[in-house]
Amino acid sequence: MALFDKLKNIFTGENKSVKAVEDNKHQLESSLAKTKKSFFEKLSKKVIGKSKIDENDLDDIEEVLITSDIGVETTLKIIHNLEIRVKKDNYINAEDLNTILKDEISNLFNNEDSKDFIVPETNDPYVIMVVGVNGVGKTTTIGKLAHKFKLAGLKVVLGAADTFRAAAVDQISIWAERVGVDIVKQDMGSDPASVAFDTLQSAKAKKADVVIIDTAGRLHNKINLMNELTKIRNVMHKIIPNAPHDVMLVLDASTGQNAIEQAKQFTAATKVNSLALTKLDGTAKGGVVIGISDQFNIPVRYIGVGEGINDLQLFNSKEFVNSIFNN
Amino acid sequence: MFENLSNKLDQAFKVLKGQGSISEINVAQTMKEIRKALISADVDFKTAKEFTSNVQTKALGQQVLTSLKPGDLLTKIMKDELATLMGSEKSDLNLTSKPTIILVAGLQGSGKTTFCGKLALHLKNKHNKKPLLVACDVYRPAAINQLTVLSEEVGVDVFKEIDNKNPVDIANSSISYARKNAKDVVIIDTAGRLAIDEHMMNEIGTIKDQVKPHETLFVVDSMTGQDAVNTAKSFNDTLDYSGVVLTKLDGDTRGGAALTIRSVVDKPIKFIGTSEKMDGLDVFYPDRMASRILGMGDVISLVERAQQQFNEEDARKIQKKIAKNTFGFDDFLSQIQQIKKMGNIKDLASMIPGVSKSIKDTDIDNDSFKGIESIIYSMTAEERSNPTLLNGSRKKRIAQGSGTNVQEINQLIKQFNQMSKMMKMMQGGGKAKMMQMMQGNNMPKL
Repeated sequence: MALFDKLKNIFTGENKSVKAVEDNKHQLESSLAKTKKSFFEKLSKKVIGKSKIDENDLDDIEEVLITSDIGVETTLKIIHNLEIRVKKDNYINAEDLNTILKDEISNLFNNEDSKDFIVPETNDPYVIMVVGVNGVGKTTTIGKLAHKFKLAGLKVVLGAADTFRAAAVDQISIWAERVGVDIVKQDMGSDPASVAFDTLQSAKAKKADVVIIDTAGRLHNKINLMNELTKIRNVMHKIIPNAPHDVMLVLDASTGQNAIEQAKQFTAATKVNSLALTKLDGTAKGGVVIGISDQFNIPVRYIGVGEGINDLQLFNSKEFVNSIFNN
Repeated sequence: MFENLSNKLDQAFKVLKGQGSISEINVAQTMKEIRKALISADVDFKTAKEFTSNVQTKALGQQVLTSLKPGDLLTKIMKDELATLMGSEKSDLNLTSKPTIILVAGLQGSGKTTFCGKLALHLKNKHNKKPLLVACDVYRPAAINQLTVLSEEVGVDVFKEIDNKNPVDIANSSISYARKNAKDVVIIDTAGRLAIDEHMMNEIGTIKDQVKPHETLFVVDSMTGQDAVNTAKSFNDTLDYSGVVLTKLDGDTRGGAALTIRSVVDKPIKFIGTSEKMDGLDVFYPDRMASRILGMGDVISLVERAQQQFNEEDARKIQKKIAKNTFGFDDFLSQIQQIKKMGNIKDLASMIPGVSKSIKDTDIDNDSFKGIESIIYSMTAEERSNPTLLNGSRKKRIAQGSGTNVQEINQLIKQFNQMSKMMKMMQGGGKAKMMQMMQGNNMPKL
């Protein structure tokens, strides 16, 4: 179907005007640059005028990496690789160090370029389930994502399966209205798995293209709440085989090393296959995703850079690393 | 990869074990491990460095004066240092003014609105106050609804102006409303904002200038990483807040941010959030937190919580029932509920010294009782007070009602019978009998 293909292309960005892409890039760079000027600036000062990297320099690099939330283990891994390269090359200047560091970090990102969700042409809706701890921005991310799909001409249905937190259903309903998409909801306190079930049934009947299921925030060490999440996941394939097609874990960029445990536990409960990193417009660097990407092989798909409806961007590992280093 | 701080420190101390004295070499190695542990717990890089060098200096100085094992000595020094760093004593809210105005600020998603609800309940129940919640988050969708729902849940009034998009105005009007309506505390919930968002920071600065709060609380997620330094500083520059609230401590983060914030802004942590429920608010005790980080248990908190929840009268009633052999499933249920009221079971258990390590990977959740509860709820009142009624067909019905099977019900009855038998024996002073029962038939006949 030609029309559908065209819409899909618009959505995946293939037909986007060059200008729009450029704008996007500037927006990302400026929002990242604003807050992330520190990294290479600091590093340059450390190594400028020296012809060799000594112990102290490596210590300084360690500090810079650690304060970006990259974590002890990943930092040691990067430094170790760096030391091997430095030993091999024997002589190194600041500029080389810049390149090598970027290299080493980029190597830890397994995903080259993130892509938007590709909605296949089937009769059944494509189902995305969104999970995460409390307050990371799940509902806001869903609102922005729904808007993206809507712009691409896809028919979206949201499922309000956070029936626990006060006014959570109201919050996502306001987003549904703002974006102009359908929403399936039940009363507060009702069974979230049943909301997911209803949503898929309704979306299928309406011949929707995409379903996004919101879930209540939960701390990953609460086993019963995690089991509930597994149940929500498992109920979906009763309506649509293979659903959910994607489980997206939302992480807050200001979260420290605990994000690794979050990734681990949510993956165990729901087989997470993509990440969204929110609140990158603040001073937090979000370096912990480097370790997560390295350890769990889960690609970061989106980044959140504001509270507006358009503030969701595709994650680009090169830009991410560059934005940390370049200044 | 992620292990909590206590575990890491346990490892660090292993290096010292078996060594007779603290020498510069073994301390340096241990300190490196401790620094790594602190950083992995999200303590700020510089704070961790300062902290370990202080501990090192003190450890080396004390070497000759003590006969303690180096590990024990270091633990003590570290605990003292940690407690000093986090403030030496607990810090209460200043509630003397009428009305006392409390302004609540923080980043998006840190848990401000939930905290406001909890604080209102806390002040109402424990300080006999009449709080007013004020909805000044005009930006996030349904934020006002959220605060309204919470206000109903905790039974306090909420002040809101749905059509007013100016939080400064709303805050101002709320104060005169509070005066007219004899409210003694005004809790102002505000929108989440980034420290670098100048416009939003100016806005909250203006709110502060106009309402002149007696307490300004900065709410921060305990899972925050290295950014805690920047955010805590920037908010302090704008608001000069009087205290910090650390939320989501029921997660498995060790809350290194607590250390960081305390050391960079020198403001006390006044409350901690320990669950999503409205009673999940604790006063922060720096020394207890230090013990907890070091895995030394927190017995005082445990005892206090138990005292709060266990009603002596109820306990006496139950004793009577046991004596008369009328202890039924209803009583069993109320016992379970009392335990649950004390808070998260895993939390409680982790306060007992030596336990925290062993239960790290075990799942003890309050929901563990759900199965038992649903079985009991599926019984009739008669069955609950007279468990002997439970025959095959009744059990089948109960199994269906509770979504379990007859086997699980039999097991519960068996446990219940054992428990009431034991309790009866303890009551009747039948110590010898109980010993006999416990030792079974293996006891040699004299």
